[in-house]
Amino acid sequence: MSQNKKDDVTGVETTGHEWDGIEELNNPLPRWWLWTFYATIAWGVVYTILFPAWPLVNSATAGVLNWSTRGQVAERIAAVDEARAGIEARLVETDLAAIPEDEELHSYAVNAGAAVFRTHCSQCHGSGAQGAKGYPNLLDDAWLWGGARDEIAYTVRHGIRNEDDPDARYSQMPAFGDILADEEIATLVDHVQGMAQGGDPAAGPGGELYQANCAACHGETGAGMREVGAPNLTDAIWLYGGDTETLTETITNARFGVMPAWGLRLDEADVRAVATYVHQLGGGEETAPE
Amino acid sequence: MDYVKLIVLGIVTLVAAIAANWARDLAYNVHALMIMVIAGAMFLWQLRQTDEPKRVVDTSGYMDGPVRAGVIATAFWGIAGFLVGTFIAFQLAFPELNFDWSEGYLNFGRLRPLHTSAVIFAFGGNALIATSLYVVQRTSGARLWGGNLAWFVFWGYNLFIVLAATGYLLGATQSKEYAEPEWYVDIWLTIVWVAYLAVFLGTIIKRKEPHIYVANWFYLAFIVTVAMLHVMNNLSLPVSIWGSRSVQVFAGVQDAMVQWWYGHNAVGFFLTAGFLGMMYYFVPKQAGRPIYSYKLSIIHFWALIFLYIWAGPHHLHYTALPDWASTLGMVFSIILWMPSWGGMINGLMTLEGAWDKIRTDPIIRMFVASLAFYGMSTFEGPMMSIRAVNSLSHYTDWTIGHVHSGALGWNGLITFGCLYFLTPKLWGRTQMHSVRAINLHFWLATVGIVLYAASMWVTGIMEGLMWREVDANGFLVNSFADTVSAKFPMYVVRGLGGILYLTGGLVMVWNMWMTIRAARPVTAQVPAE
Repeated sequence: MSQNKKDDVTGVETTGHEWDGIEELNNPLPRWWLWTFYATIAWGVVYTILFPAWPLVNSATAGVLNWSTRGQVAERIAAVDEARAGIEARLVETDLAAIPEDEELHSYAVNAGAAVFRTHCSQCHGSGAQGAKGYPNLLDDAWLWGGARDEIAYTVRHGIRNEDDPDARYSQMPAFGDILADEEIATLVDHVQGMAQGGDPAAGPGGELYQANCAACHGETGAGMREVGAPNLTDAIWLYGGDTETLTETITNARFGVMPAWGLRLDEADVRAVATYVHQLGGGEETAPE
Repeated sequence: MDYVKLIVLGIVTLVAAIAANWARDLAYNVHALMIMVIAGAMFLWQLRQTDEPKRVVDTSGYMDGPVRAGVIATAFWGIAGFLVGTFIAFQLAFPELNFDWSEGYLNFGRLRPLHTSAVIFAFGGNALIATSLYVVQRTSGARLWGGNLAWFVFWGYNLFIVLAATGYLLGATQSKEYAEPEWYVDIWLTIVWVAYLAVFLGTIIKRKEPHIYVANWFYLAFIVTVAMLHVMNNLSLPVSIWGSRSVQVFAGVQDAMVQWWYGHNAVGFFLTAGFLGMMYYFVPKQAGRPIYSYKLSIIHFWALIFLYIWAGPHHLHYTALPDWASTLGMVFSIILWMPSWGGMINGLMTLEGAWDKIRTDPIIRMFVASLAFYGMSTFEGPMMSIRAVNSLSHYTDWTIGHVHSGALGWNGLITFGCLYFLTPKLWGRTQMHSVRAINLHFWLATVGIVLYAASMWVTGIMEGLMWREVDANGFLVNSFADTVSAKFPMYVVRGLGGILYLTGGLVMVWNMWMTIRAARPVTAQVPAE
């Protein structure tokens, strides 16, 4: 080996091999490199003793620390649950309408409800609760099924028109495409657009059609009916849109908006919290209007 | 022999025609028609050649035809991949770029696998095949084994890319990241890959040098391991042989584990081992210096090969994967740190005695920057594999930034350096048409990478922190949409980084074009022992 030639620039011996003009120096492994490599291996050995690591036939070593990812998350959830236990119990026990009287509880409910809303509701109703086509705006005072705290809580708990909860709020508008002729629907669309601008609900041929087909649910005056979730048609607030094309679609084929029953996934405290949160967004009602 | 070829091509054309007729979905139909046209055209060409006097091929020198084709294909797919990447970066910043008229073909979901496959497999893969075929001949002192088999590898591999890419746009995918192509494309790649292994190994076996050069160890590890990974991760049953759909053999968390065993080693063996093969030849060649340490190359080679294959589970921390597998993935990733750095040390220290070339030679500068990005991302990777770090970084843009500092920095820059090295040599010029343009490319690419990586670090860590931010009572502070809108400015910066990187690539293509235009015929002779 020692007769190998030396590199002129560095004075280091080469290995004597050469490929297409490329030679190799016989430098040793850099010490810092080698010791860092050893250190990572030593650390690896220790770590695999402390934590679950080595597979056995039907299980794996659990590690001296008895740590697991499931254990870690359960521990963290338990800690939070414990810290909140007192106030959560109060939230469940207190009458919904009475929550604002307890300032601490109200503040907790609004913050908790906001977190629930961001996690579970914002996908449809928007992160600002501004709604979207087919998903009601929760900031205004127009309510389909009721805007008092317990009404909102009921809607959250049981949902709307879902098949999971027998107590879900339910109603179905008929598809008038099967009942009325196209010209009649066009007349009706024109009439409903007029009503939103303050037009007389009974006037003209449109009024006749309205009173015969729509008033049973939307009311003779067009003010809507919360028992069946029928929207108010006089406020120019549209769930799907008030333009001619959209209204024609709505009347011809009807709509069937579904909301999940959150009572099946959230606990009672979360349902009450999110109802309190939604109530204070702007349009909450203290009691259902007569 | 000619008659055998005619029969085979005739049968392929016929079967493809039948497949096109009975196709159950659009992607399969288009692919069958493509195969039919290609095989049919080859049949006609073969028919005209049959019983004509054969052209005599001079087989005394190195076989550089497929290497030349590979160099051009690398540049072509590079531009295609960078362009799609830049476009989808802007689609994320401006969703309106998912046009209604192209919905189902050019929306983000379809283009994203097109981008990743174009840069990894088309750009990276062609670079690996071209450089490996060049290097193995030079360092073995032997012409490629297998005659025209090397041409089959080149055209076969590029057909695989076209089938994969058009398949994505038409909706054929098995939904495995970096392994999206469907079963028949996978089978075709397996055939091509075995041919590639045969050409490479055959050339090594008939080498004149007593020892196998380091670069070839890495190339060989890359070819063999990718074959194993590809076959295992693509085990699936076609729903029908006349359709593109298939069902995976593995299910649930086992499927996830096999997928990330594959996915991580696509990084480890395709983008690391293979590219270290490039590094071990082109860096010492361009620097004119010996490799720094033979011992280091042996130790870090075996350590890297042994350790990388176990690191995959770190992609599945805090999932249904059992904790023990996740721990082992993390531990092997951290032990992998030094073996990865061995390649960087050997590359950078090879410049000992030639450091001045960083100032004077833009190709060396590209290699050095490439090794620096390699070192950075092979430190960042083990760090992100630590469970506690991963709980912040996972699913965020930090991962995207990490991948791109490796891909744009390490793989991209070293490939550009190799293209600048190879183009003049393969087309009989002394150097590239414009050395100043190489320098311009270096700066465009480097600034582009910095914009990309920095913006993704900021946005990744920001969104990770926003996701986990809770108030005093333990309630989440942000909704998911809040984190999306907070990322917008960084998404624009990322897109600008992409534009710079793409512009650099276009400068390179112009430079290569000007160099090749004034080409002189060249046959590199095999050394006479």
